[in-house]
Amino acid sequence: MYPSRFGYEAPKTVEEAIAILDAHGGEAKILAGGQSLVPMMKLRFASPEMLVDLNTIAGLDFHRVDADGSIHIGALCRHEDLEKSEVIKKSQPTIAAAASLVADPIVRARGTFVGSVCHADPQGDWAAALTALGGHIVAQGPKGTRDIAMKDFVIGPFQNTLAFNEIAIEAVIPAPKGIARGGYLKLERRVGDFATASVAVSLDMVGDTVARAGIALAGVGGRTIDATAAASVLNGKKLTAENISLAAAAVAAAAEPRTDHRGSADYKRQIVKTFVERILTGLATPSQKAA
Amino acid sequence: MALDEIKIGGLGASRRRVEDNRFIRGKGNYVDDIVLPGMLHMELLRSPVAHARIKSIDVSAAWEVPGVRLVLTGEMMAARNLAWMPTLSYDTQAVLATDKVRFQGQEVAAVIADDPYIAKDACQRIVVEYEQLPAIVNPLQAMAAGAEVIRDDKENQEGNKVFDWEIGDKSATDKAFADADVISKMECHYPRSHPSPMETCGSIADYNRATGKLTVYMTSQAPHIVRAAVAMVAELPEHMIRIVSPDLGGGFGNKVPIYPGYVVSILASILLECPVKWIEDKTGNLISTGFGRDVYLQGELALRKDGKILGMRMKTISDHGAFYADAQPSKFKIGLMHSTFAAYDIPAAHLFSTGYYTNKAPGGVAYRCSFRVTEAMFFQERMIHGAANDLGMDQAEFRRMNLVKDDMFPYRTAFGFLTDSGQYGKCLDIGMKAIGYDTFQAEKAEARKRGKLLGLGISTMTEPLGAGNSREYDILGIKMFDSAELRIHMSGKGILRTGAMNQGQGHQTTWAQIVAHELGIPAEDITVEEGDTDTAPFGMGTYASRSTPVAGAAVAMVARKVRAKARKIAAHLLEVSEEDIEWELGRFYVRSNKERGVTIQDCAMAAYSNLPDGMEPGLENNAYYDPPNLTWPFAAYFVKVEVDPETGVWDVLKVVAVDDCGVRINPMVVEGQIMGGLTEAYAMSSMQYQTYDEEGNCIGSNYMDYLLPTAWETPGFELYEVVTPCPHHPIGAKGVGECATVAGPAAFVNAVVDAVGHTGVRNIDMPMMPNRVYEALQTGKDISGMPPVKMGD
Repeated sequence: MYPSRFGYEAPKTVEEAIAILDAHGGEAKILAGGQSLVPMMKLRFASPEMLVDLNTIAGLDFHRVDADGSIHIGALCRHEDLEKSEVIKKSQPTIAAAASLVADPIVRARGTFVGSVCHADPQGDWAAALTALGGHIVAQGPKGTRDIAMKDFVIGPFQNTLAFNEIAIEAVIPAPKGIARGGYLKLERRVGDFATASVAVSLDMVGDTVARAGIALAGVGGRTIDATAAASVLNGKKLTAENISLAAAAVAAAAEPRTDHRGSADYKRQIVKTFVERILTGLATPSQKAA
Repeated sequence: MALDEIKIGGLGASRRRVEDNRFIRGKGNYVDDIVLPGMLHMELLRSPVAHARIKSIDVSAAWEVPGVRLVLTGEMMAARNLAWMPTLSYDTQAVLATDKVRFQGQEVAAVIADDPYIAKDACQRIVVEYEQLPAIVNPLQAMAAGAEVIRDDKENQEGNKVFDWEIGDKSATDKAFADADVISKMECHYPRSHPSPMETCGSIADYNRATGKLTVYMTSQAPHIVRAAVAMVAELPEHMIRIVSPDLGGGFGNKVPIYPGYVVSILASILLECPVKWIEDKTGNLISTGFGRDVYLQGELALRKDGKILGMRMKTISDHGAFYADAQPSKFKIGLMHSTFAAYDIPAAHLFSTGYYTNKAPGGVAYRCSFRVTEAMFFQERMIHGAANDLGMDQAEFRRMNLVKDDMFPYRTAFGFLTDSGQYGKCLDIGMKAIGYDTFQAEKAEARKRGKLLGLGISTMTEPLGAGNSREYDILGIKMFDSAELRIHMSGKGILRTGAMNQGQGHQTTWAQIVAHELGIPAEDITVEEGDTDTAPFGMGTYASRSTPVAGAAVAMVARKVRAKARKIAAHLLEVSEEDIEWELGRFYVRSNKERGVTIQDCAMAAYSNLPDGMEPGLENNAYYDPPNLTWPFAAYFVKVEVDPETGVWDVLKVVAVDDCGVRINPMVVEGQIMGGLTEAYAMSSMQYQTYDEEGNCIGSNYMDYLLPTAWETPGFELYEVVTPCPHHPIGAKGVGECATVAGPAAFVNAVVDAVGHTGVRNIDMPMMPNRVYEALQTGKDISGMPPVKMGD
C-alpha cells in the first residue's frame, strides 16, 4: 500500500506544533500513535499534506491521579500504559476494565488514549469510556488552552470540535462524588475487530447508593452514544435487580444501532441491555442484591 | 552397523524445518525481495463497482504524471489479442476490461512507472465513466427470469447458467427413497471465503530482446503449468520462457490460477524491454483473486428405522463469480463434489449440480481443499448430524453403524471411487475417549444450571487426496503425474529437485527425509530445490494435498533408482556378484560376511573415480510418478462448545483431532499441518467469510473486515494418530495437508447446533457469528447466510 505524498515535521514543543498546524490551514494532521491515521493513509482514505509528529515533544506521555482525585492523561499516554498502570487499577475501574479490550496488543503498545478519543470513531472504546466518566479534553491553540466537555467534543462520526490549529494535549477524568465503581464490556468478533457493541459504565457510589451514573455506548450509533440521561434512573437509588433492569432497558432504548454484517439493530440492542445488566449486577453488593 | 534412521533425519524423525532458519531471520527470498536493474513498477486500476458498462476511459492525466512510462487499457490489450485469456475451466476471463466490468475489483487499466508511489498516483488520475447495471450477488438472482446477462461477451450465452451436471444412479436412489422409513433433509450455504495467504500475488516480468528470453519471477504454486499457459497465450516458444517461483508466503490454492496482473506485467516488459514488477496490495488480493466455496447445498438421506442409510441425494448450486475459472483438474464440472460420503457404506447415491455466473470475483474455488471436497465433506457431516437426530440415535453410534468397516476394503463408493484402507472405528473410539463422550450429557445438564448451553459436534471423513492418476486427472490436457531428480555428488551429499512447489509445507525438510530413508544419506546432506522451470523437472505443482502422494512418491522412486546403480558399484568395490549383496540403511554388505561392506558414500565416490568397466559415470537419475489411485486419509474430529444464550457468543472448550494419514514422514510437520487446518476450520465456522451487499460491494476488502482469527481466539487442539499405511504409495504415506480444513468446520457447526438443538434449529450457516446463534435461539429457525448481507435500519 502506498500513501499519497506528504510532509513530515517533528517539533520539540507544543507551541511549535501549533504553529505548524496553523501554517497549513487545516491540511496538517497530528501524528501520535498513528494506529488509525496511518492505515487510513495507506488506503488513501486520508491524504494529509503534512504530518506533525508529537512523539518528539517531551512531557506528554504521563497519566496521574491528582490530590483532588481527578485523573489526567497526556497526549502521548499509550493504551498499554493504562493497561499496566497500578494507579488506574486502584482508582479508575471503568478505564481499567476497558484498557485490555482496546484493539490488540500491538495497537495498544503504540496507540494513544487521547488520539483515540480525538479520532471519534463511533466504535471507539475510549470516547465511550471518557463520556461515561463525564470527562473533558484540554485543547491548546494559538491563544492558550480551553476545556471541552466530552458531550461537546464528539459531535459526529470521526468529528470532534477541535479547531484546525488546536491540539488535544490532555484528557481529564473528574474526581468521583464518592467511590468510583464501573465496568466495560465489548462484543467483538475477534481481538482487534471493531465493536459490535460496547458499554461503558461509571458509577459514583456513596454507600449503597448511586450518587452519579454515567453510561456511554460504542458501535451502536453514528457516533459515541451518551446514555447518561437514560442511566440517571439510577441516581439516588440502590442497585437492586429491579433498578438494574430499568436502567438496562432505558440505556438499550438510547442506542441507535443499524443492521449490518455484525448483526441486526435488535440484536445490538439486546447486547447493550445484557451488558448493562451484567456490569451493574457485578457492581451490586450482596446486600443490595438482597434488597 | 545399520544407521539409526531417526538420527539421520529419516522417516519418522521430527526434524526441525530447514527453511525456517532463513524465514525467522528475515532471509527468505520472496518475489518482492527481488530487485532487478532498471526495474519499473506496475499498479492496477480496479473497478469500484460490481457491474457496469464502460462508457469511456480517459488516461491522459495519468500520462502527465512525471515518471510514468506506460498506461495500458483493455483496448490496447485487445489490439494485441490479450484483452481476454483462457481459464483453467475452458472459459475466458478479461485481462483488462473492454466492454463491461463484471465484479468489484476487476482490472480496468494499468500504469507502469519509476516507482510504485507514482504508479498509484497516476492510477488515481485515470477517469473511467461507468454506466451501472444491476448487480447479481447470488445464484438465485442469477437464475431469475429477466436477470441481466453478465456474460454478454459470449456467443450463445442465454441467462447466467454455467453448467448442469449429474452423476450417480438416479433410479436406484429413487428406489431407496421409496423404501425408506425416514427421510432426513438438510439445506445450507457454504460461504465464500478467501485463502488470504500472508504474501499477496505478484510478479516480475523480465523480457530480454537480445536473447529473446522471458523470465518471470512469480507467486505460483505450479510454475510448470504457468510456463505451458504462457507459451499458449503469449505465443512464445516454451524454451524461451523461464518461470521462477521463489519463496512463497503461503498459497492455500490462491496461487494456482493465472491472474490478469501477471499477464499485464509480461506484456509491459515486452513493450518496454525492461523488468516490470507488480505486487498486488492486500485489498486487491482479497477482492479479485481465487476464492473458495460459495455453494448452496440441498440434500436428503433415505434411512431405515434401525439407522442404516439406504440412499443419498444431493443438489448443489455453485456461485462461480464473473468468469468460470475454477482451478481443478478433474473432468467434472464441480470437481470432486461426488467424493461426498466416501467413508460411508451407502448403496445408492445421486448428485445434481448446477453453476451460475454472478457479479463476484472469479476463479480459484480451492482453499486448502482439493476441488470442492471441502464442501462435499462438510455437507455430508451436516446431513449425518441431522439424520442421527431425526432417528433419535446417538451421533457416534449412527456414524459407526454406517462407516465402511475395516474388512470391507478395497471399497467402491456409490459414486465410483475406490477407497483402499483405513480403521475408521478405531479413530472414532480414540476421539470419543479423549473428548469425554460418556460423561458429556451429565456435563451438559450441569452447565444448564449455570445458564450455559453445551454442545458436542463430531465430524468424520475420508477424502481423495493426491491427484492423479493421469487417466482421470489433467490440467489443460496435461496429465497429473509428478517428478523428482536426484544427483549425488562424489562426497555422498546431493541435490534433489522436484516438480512440486513448497509454499509452507516443508518440502526442503521432508523430501530430504525420504532420501535419507531410501539411501541412508543424512537428511542434512541433501539440498532440495523447487520452483525454477529451467532446472526443476516438469511437475504439476503443489495443491490438493498432492505433494507427498505424488512428488513424494517420485522422490522415493528416484532414490531407489540411484540405490540400484550404487548396488552395482558396491558389488564392483566388494568384488562379489550383485546377487551376493545385501542392503541395510546406508550400507551394502556381502551376504556371507556382514563385516565386509561399503557405505553409500563409498559408492558415490566410486561413481566418479572407480567404476566397473563399461558403466556410465555419475550417480544420478530422475523419476516420473503416476499414482495408481488417490490416497484416502481418514479424520475424526470432536469439538465441545459452550454457548451464552443471552449474547449468542460461543466458546470452544475442547477440540480433539484423530488423523490417519498413513505413514508420517515428519510427525512434527504433519502436526503443524493439522493445527493450521484446524485453525482455518475454526476460522470458517466463526468469522472468516466474504460477503457482499446488494450493490455487489465486497464486505471483506481488508483485514478489519475480513477476519482471520489470531492466537487470542484460536482454541488449543489435542491431536491423536492412527497409522494405516497407504497400500500403493512407495512409503505408505497419504495426503494430509487439507484434512483438518476439510473435516474441521462441520465439527464446530455440529457442536453449536447441538448446543441450540433443543429449539428445533437444524442449521446455522457459517460463520456462526454470535448474532446468528442468538437469532437461532430466539426463533428456533435455521439461519441462512446467503448474500446480500442486510444493511440499514
